Amino acid sequence: MALLEVRNLSINFGGLRAVDEFNLDIEKGELYGLIGPNGAGKTTVFNLLTGVYKPTEGIITLDGKDITGHRTEEINKAGIARTFQNIRLFRLQSVIDNVKIGLQNQYHYSTISGILHTPDYRKVEKEIDERAMELLKVFGMDGQRDYLSSNLPYGAQRKLEIARAMATNPKLLLLDEPAAGMNPNETAELMETIQLIRDKFDMTILLIEHDMKLVGGICEKLTVLNFGRILTQGDTKTVLSDPEVIKAYIGE
Amino acid sequence: MKKGLSKTSLNQLITYGIVIAAYIILQALRSAGMMTSHLAGLLVPMTYYAIAAVALNFCVGILGELSLGHAGFMCVGAFSSAIFSNVFKETLPGGLRFFLAFVIGIAVAALFGFLIGIPVLRLKGDYLAIVTLAFGEIIKNVLNAVYLGKDSKGFHVSMTNSMALGMEEDGKVIINGAMGINGTPRDANFTIAVIVLLIVLFIVQNMINSRDGRAIMAIRDNRIAAESVGINITRYKMLAFTISAAMAGAAGVLFSHNISTLQSTSQYFGYNVSILILVYVVLGGIGSIRGSVIAACILYLLPEMLRSLNKYRMLIYAIVLIAMMIINWAPAAREMRERFFAKFRKEAV
Repeated sequence: MALLEVRNLSINFGGLRAVDEFNLDIEKGELYGLIGPNGAGKTTVFNLLTGVYKPTEGIITLDGKDITGHRTEEINKAGIARTFQNIRLFRLQSVIDNVKIGLQNQYHYSTISGILHTPDYRKVEKEIDERAMELLKVFGMDGQRDYLSSNLPYGAQRKLEIARAMATNPKLLLLDEPAAGMNPNETAELMETIQLIRDKFDMTILLIEHDMKLVGGICEKLTVLNFGRILTQGDTKTVLSDPEVIKAYIGE
Repeated sequence: MKKGLSKTSLNQLITYGIVIAAYIILQALRSAGMMTSHLAGLLVPMTYYAIAAVALNFCVGILGELSLGHAGFMCVGAFSSAIFSNVFKETLPGGLRFFLAFVIGIAVAALFGFLIGIPVLRLKGDYLAIVTLAFGEIIKNVLNAVYLGKDSKGFHVSMTNSMALGMEEDGKVIINGAMGINGTPRDANFTIAVIVLLIVLFIVQNMINSRDGRAIMAIRDNRIAAESVGINITRYKMLAFTISAAMAGAAGVLFSHNISTLQSTSQYFGYNVSILILVYVVLGGIGSIRGSVIAACILYLLPEMLRSLNKYRMLIYAIVLIAMMIINWAPAAREMRERFFAKFRKEAV
């Protein structure tokens, strides 16, 4: 059974059917790409998968568990983490605190010990700190731990967002246009980062991207979306040479 | 790693240090007889407004939700604790009674905060400001019209007048409508008020540096991202708002036990008092707990100290507000301040 199974997912916004009969199977460990022209409904699919929107029809199962219509934070606890097209960091907090917030649901102590700073608090906070540092090291950001996250350069902000998502210990990572607004160097670095996450954490990744070099370079399978419907699905090579796809992207 | 930790705890210690130093100086001045009785009488109010400012800053600056009803939470804290103290005036010893009055006042204010939070904090947007504004006004007006008495049979409530309570001969009116509550024991003093302030600061500052505090600030910084990393928005908003209301309730307890006649008037609990507390928070710096304490103390004392200037009083007050705003927040002024402190630091090293 696939890690993520999506069946007949649809959503209406008033009279507009933004996503229609969307189907997707992602196996564990796959690096999957979701592409399509602007307005095709890619981000809407992400928002459906993460519970930001409730689907009108369809079923989403993660690892055999039905998560259709659950709240965003429940879906995150179930194992889906995401990044955003327009970066959404906790701007007023330091780099390490951003990651620590991602670790929120894996380390626990009561509100009272948080207020009194009991030994329990100290012990768990130390663990949180160590784990957050470990993650930052993986992303090569341990040197910037106390920087204000909004003061980081653009590429590093994107990376921090991925690190924060990884901190929630997901089974599936959704990346929404991770290379948007990046220069070629930053994109190359990002591709390395994505590969690294995959190898190091054995992570399953679904990403939306317009940068065909990135998509062709790292994705194993693709789904092409056009006007809310699936245009084609399959191996990257086959999909990218499909005349229908070229037509949708470039026109006849 | 250690450096980061000690920096935040140093910051906290400075705040406690400032409060304790101010307390010692003011107490010394008072016992040396160098303080007018007018000024001495302002010390407790100054402190409970500082507590209210810290409470509101926790809501506005840390949680990121605007509340315009913190005077209302003070009001329920003040009345509930005053009722308690009046009922047990003869039966309980002073210390224990005042402690329990705190428990009651805080619990009742927290309960109101919780109840208001249930519907409102689920919404996105500035609804909390509207609802708390209404809450403050409603509570004030209701308490203005309520009559409450106690006799051997128990409590009696009426909305018309004290005669309508229909009490036995031994009955005693506790809340006398617009006349308010009379004869609450004056248990509050400057020392207790400062202790309460320190406890409130301890709770707020420790909480900010804990798991819950990070979650609360994450919601402030980016709600959608907070949800996406598995933070239960409603739960943490409720938690923070209830604590904020509870702390405002503690300020209310000090209020009612520092005044012989507690009346629910606009002067004490109207929306302009909520705005006044918000002014302390904004000028002290939104999110800066220490700033709230300092701003509340200065801005509370100033108009009182300027009473001798009569009609120029509010003019000078307004000028000070503007000056504080500029000194605290204008980029050029901040730069100057940084340079000033940098010089200090070098000399210290």
